[in-house]
Amino acid sequence: MSDLLRVSTAGSVDDGKSTLIGRLLYDTRSIFQDQLEQIEGASRRLGEEEVNLALLTDGLRAEREQKITIDVAYRYFATPRRTFILADTPGHEQYTRNMVTGASTADLAIVLIDATKGVLTQSRRHAFIASLLGIPHMVVAVNKMDLVDWSAEVFERIRDDFTDFAARLTVPDVTFVPMSALRGDNVVHRSERMPWYEGGSLLHRMETVAAGTRHNTIDFRFPVQTVIRPHQDFRGLAGTVASGGVAAGDAVVVLPGGQRTTVTEVRTADGPLERAGAGDAVVVTVADDLDIARGDMLARPRNLPEVSNTLEANLCWMHAEPLQLHHRYLLQHTTVRTPVFVRDLEYRFDVDTLHREPADTLELNEIGRVVLDATRPIFFDSYRVNIETGSFILIDPHTNATVAAGMIRGGETRLEADTPVSPNVTMPDEGVTRAEREARSGHGSAVIWFTGRPGAGKSTVARAVERALFDEGVDTMLLDGDAVRHGLCGDLGFSPGDRRENIRRVGEVARLFADNGRVVIAAFVSPYAVDRDRVRDRVGAERFVEIEITAPETVLIERDPKGLYAAFAQGSLTGLTGMDAPYERPADPALVIDTDRTTVEEAAARVIAAWRAR
Amino acid sequence: MTGPTRLPAHLRRLENEAIHVLREVAAQFDRPHMLFSGGKDSIVMSWLAWRAFQPGPIPFPLLHIDTGHNFPETIAFRDAWVDRIGAQLEVRTVQDSIDRGRVQEETGPRASRNALQTVTLLDALRELRVDAAMGGARRDEEKARSKERFFSHRDAHGQWDPRNQRPEVWSLYNGRMNPGEHFRVFPISNWTELDIWHYIEACDIPFPELYLAHDREVFERDGVLLAVTDFVTLDADEVPSTRRVRFRTIGDATCTGATLSDASDLRAVIDEVGTTRTTERGGRSDDRRSDSAMEDRKRQGYF
Repeated sequence: MSDLLRVSTAGSVDDGKSTLIGRLLYDTRSIFQDQLEQIEGASRRLGEEEVNLALLTDGLRAEREQKITIDVAYRYFATPRRTFILADTPGHEQYTRNMVTGASTADLAIVLIDATKGVLTQSRRHAFIASLLGIPHMVVAVNKMDLVDWSAEVFERIRDDFTDFAARLTVPDVTFVPMSALRGDNVVHRSERMPWYEGGSLLHRMETVAAGTRHNTIDFRFPVQTVIRPHQDFRGLAGTVASGGVAAGDAVVVLPGGQRTTVTEVRTADGPLERAGAGDAVVVTVADDLDIARGDMLARPRNLPEVSNTLEANLCWMHAEPLQLHHRYLLQHTTVRTPVFVRDLEYRFDVDTLHREPADTLELNEIGRVVLDATRPIFFDSYRVNIETGSFILIDPHTNATVAAGMIRGGETRLEADTPVSPNVTMPDEGVTRAEREARSGHGSAVIWFTGRPGAGKSTVARAVERALFDEGVDTMLLDGDAVRHGLCGDLGFSPGDRRENIRRVGEVARLFADNGRVVIAAFVSPYAVDRDRVRDRVGAERFVEIEITAPETVLIERDPKGLYAAFAQGSLTGLTGMDAPYERPADPALVIDTDRTTVEEAAARVIAAWRAR
Repeated sequence: MTGPTRLPAHLRRLENEAIHVLREVAAQFDRPHMLFSGGKDSIVMSWLAWRAFQPGPIPFPLLHIDTGHNFPETIAFRDAWVDRIGAQLEVRTVQDSIDRGRVQEETGPRASRNALQTVTLLDALRELRVDAAMGGARRDEEKARSKERFFSHRDAHGQWDPRNQRPEVWSLYNGRMNPGEHFRVFPISNWTELDIWHYIEACDIPFPELYLAHDREVFERDGVLLAVTDFVTLDADEVPSTRRVRFRTIGDATCTGATLSDASDLRAVIDEVGTTRTTERGGRSDDRRSDSAMEDRKRQGYF
């Protein structure tokens, strides 16, 4: 039984890619007589001596005029062993987005290298993109061997060069084939002109490589596309199994609601199926009459996707209008569209060197690492583990254009797979519970979070609050910026990313102690609202008391307990919060305390009152 | 109707992909319609639509743009088929566009209504406020079609701009648009002519007899065998004769070429298509008008 292999091709302009495809089709007798006559005629009109096999693929008027490939073209051919879909993607640098378009679903990437030129930018670019997209197999086709006298040395030098480069990529399987697409050597048939080459032809490789291995067959994910409801008694969830498998009787969780239910039937138009696997377009019915709609996802109770409002991702920018930070885009992920903001561009890749370089934006065809803030939680897996739930596109809501393709690396705050997503899926709590601890201590747990610019007086007020509570017999825990910087977060600097990680760790520690029944008092500059909001989410809004400590800037500069403002004024310090680095004030704090007009005792009393008022 | 229990793996993958696309259309658009010509591709596409929404009905109507020059067999088949899959059918005719003065009929012996279809089609899409028109075009048919996306954006004038297509990655389809614009969607983009016939055989799907070899009065024009019908006028030197022929595509009778063939059953058709040395559109005289005929028509809103 033949199977289907999806192949993408790319190479630099004039590497002979179109000729290679023409040769593949020609030698497998996949070119029709009238197509051949048409390109023979066109070749003659263009004044060419031989039939130009490249004309077969360059179908658009502008492509034939300029002799370049503009857009992805799909070619189909079959051998007795296998059916192939070839995504013929352009080599021109300006069309990298089409390379991504053609390669996103490929099982095998063919990277063409001109033997007379060696490894060029575009070969590296395609190899990098293939690696980024997780294409499992790559064939490096070293073409035009006829022009280098079929030299084994030339081939080996190119192979070594490319291998050096590819060592920094993650392509599991790379093979090299020396060939001449023009003459037909080692494309479909083994060549006798390179006796030193012991491997098979390109087609042989294409016929024997494993196909369709990109599905994740373990983790069940079923994004609901649409609901089929012909009458009151039938409610079918139509969709394609993104990964894993499903059968009647399986316990499932409906995300994002978190309701648990059981699959009653998996069916197609042919009737019930015993089991559906990744890639199967089916209809699923469940036992309970739940309100499930497009965008919801079914998964297994003990194997949930990650959930986060914040995603870190590799982004390939595909539009002439460059990336705008903090601009609103629509994230299309599985069957969900969610508004997102690009919070941070961490770096851009130099695709020649694979170096990471600082950047303010991504232009057309550039690739970078970003952090996205979504307005709703996203249920995802990392792209590395699951292509279907790890990939997304960004849409510009004003032009509706697809502006970027993204591959999720992870959520910025990672929740464990069995984290409860609603009260209905609470995992059994086997240890001493928070309620028991709170009953014994006689007070509730909480996180009192002080935020404010350096020198505002956060630590002073925090210490006073702790002293007062401790004296009353309350179990307290003080977390202070300097203390954690000496230990827990000693490995972190003051870049935006490191600051976020600092707050993330502190937030987790605060949550642990609060779950332990304590009143945690945390004093951190914590300049980004989203970081504090995330701690609030993790702790629970009802137990989170956010206090802003302020003072006029002149007072801050005058106090300057750590000499930061002086160093900033002298130019020996940059990135000072509130000066040349942002400070985002809380939108809705429990209290705002101006320490220029309030004594420490007064401030502590107001904070304790605010906590008790919860 | 029941489907096959065993499909070759690659046909199963193509079927799954097409059903996924059809469901995306139903979910993303308000007023999708499926273009239906009665040819094998639109038959398979509508069969897939029936499968995609079982046990519910197909959630959108079929739309036939009738040139008025169809083979009568096609129309009879159309009506029976629509009945069988329980679909709604809308028909808009080129004759009506002519009567209303929207288009002027070509004259002379080479006259064809094929190009006029575009106007009727765009008028119908506007009248029915169609936001997604699904078609049975395949990328293997023609070089301009090989560049098509599954979701193909059309501007407010129905035009296609091949240099400004939305990138389409993974199985994520972006159907967002502004008012007045629409999409053409091609669920069976990745199928080949042979896949279609293999699938028709595996699923036992009915199709018009025109695809099988039969005796018919034909004449040769510009290397294409055309059927003698009321819609064509023969030149003085064009002599009709009865030949054993079948059709590889079914469209307007004035431009759909017949192929000499003895393939009188489906198996023979599959064998013939598997070994043929010419493309199926090689018999379409409308594609022969120039090297970029299809691209140019598509740019204007043809399908």
